[in-house]
Amino acid sequence: MSDRALRIGLPVLMLALVLVAWDLVVRAFAIPPFVLPSPGLVLSTLIADGGLLWQSLLVTLTTTFEGFLLAAIGGIGLAVLFSQSRLIEYSLYPYAVILQVTPIVAIAPLLLIYLPQPLAVLACAWIVAFFPVLANTTLGLASVDHNLIALFDLYQATRWQLLWNLKLPSALPQMLAGLRIAGGLSLIGAVVAEIAAGSAGAGSGLAYRIAESGYRLNIPRMFAALLLLSLAGIAIFFALSALSHLALRRWHESAVKRER
Amino acid sequence: MSSSGSGIVSLRNVGKTFESGTVALNHFSLDVREGEFVSLLGPSGCGKSTVLRIIAGLSAPSAGAIEWPGDTASEGKIGFVFQEPTLMPWADVAANVRLPLRLAHADEVQSRAAVLQALEQVGLADFAHAFPRELSGGMKMRTSIARALATEPQLLLMDEPFAALDEITRFKLNNDLLTLWQALRRTVIFVTHSVFESVYLSQRIVLMTPRPGRVFAEIAIPAPYPRDERFRTSADYAGYCRQVAETLGKAMGGAP
Repeated sequence: MSDRALRIGLPVLMLALVLVAWDLVVRAFAIPPFVLPSPGLVLSTLIADGGLLWQSLLVTLTTTFEGFLLAAIGGIGLAVLFSQSRLIEYSLYPYAVILQVTPIVAIAPLLLIYLPQPLAVLACAWIVAFFPVLANTTLGLASVDHNLIALFDLYQATRWQLLWNLKLPSALPQMLAGLRIAGGLSLIGAVVAEIAAGSAGAGSGLAYRIAESGYRLNIPRMFAALLLLSLAGIAIFFALSALSHLALRRWHESAVKRER
Repeated sequence: MSSSGSGIVSLRNVGKTFESGTVALNHFSLDVREGEFVSLLGPSGCGKSTVLRIIAGLSAPSAGAIEWPGDTASEGKIGFVFQEPTLMPWADVAANVRLPLRLAHADEVQSRAAVLQALEQVGLADFAHAFPRELSGGMKMRTSIARALATEPQLLLMDEPFAALDEITRFKLNNDLLTLWQALRRTVIFVTHSVFESVYLSQRIVLMTPRPGRVFAEIAIPAPYPRDERFRTSADYAGYCRQVAETLGKAMGGAP
């Protein structure tokens, strides 16, 4: 069997085994659905509540996407600004770090007091997602081959030419790595904020559905919503990996296939 | 064959002290004539590269002056080849060679022609659309040379360009460089730490001593061009090499 077939086949086999075991345990011990629903029940709930869950998924994905986009713009923009002016970097970088190390779960309730609920959720998604973009892009912009910089100097390149033709392309691999992390994190940020909002009784996103279903002991729906959330996370990860691969496949070592 | 061209660049008592306090150059003087092939030879750390960087305007001298007698060679008319190929990995060979023209906002059609010509000069016309990672070390260096030639510089500065290559590739590139030099008649200042390479290539060798870097001696190599593999194995060549190596030994202050 080829390596590729194994890499796809084995996880699928693993999933099937776990689902069968799960189903058997639920049947054998006659576990009630409000404690642990069977996989079949989760699936039928997913289909029965499809309309509601789909709406909620769209809400969460929209927030995630907006948060991600703002994080990308903010992170890359700030990194470029830092690379242009050391004074700005020294002034702002510590606060970017503080924003990152303060747990988002602790900030979310506060944001919900000051901001309208959708905006607070978006702010949470942005806060957690933007730092990896900033940190990685900053690293990339600072690691440009110094001989190439000398070459640009020799040909009297302008600041703009240096940034656009050398620094940004050279930082692209690190930038994309940051974006890939940010994609997953903005989903987490959105979910955390929705949960916090959910405990205040407002919201319509998928995480809010999970919190709400929990209060109502609607455990099958909790599982169905959770399933949708992780599928969304997986989709985001693959989409960003594909983007990264497309951008780097011609030239970067990380994306080049080697024959041995 | 001695060059009778007029001066292209002169360094007068140039000194360079780095922020760390290291004196890289002290009272360094050098006159280079148009069309000449000069090598700077010396052990690592003797300031050879610093001389090139100062001539290129990449580094400012702490003392002394640089004079450009003619107006043919200003700072814009300099080509630089680094020890590493220093190519942009995200751009193909043609785009790398085109870089200096692009930075100067040169005309699109003219630059394409100039790039093609430069690639033909180094024998890489068939590899215009290859990416640097697909090339061998020698081909990367050829790309780097083509890029330096793209602006048709009057002065070509080469900083140990072949030091990292294997001997077979280095010999081949030495020959090709000489052929190019004879065809184009550009002035070349070539930095190397190889006695054999400097004798093979140059009309004149400037021997440098380290810490602080200064000129110890100048040795002319009057052997005629074209020089080829026969010259490389000739008694004349061996004689020049011995002379240069002995002088280098004296410059280092000990036995060769």
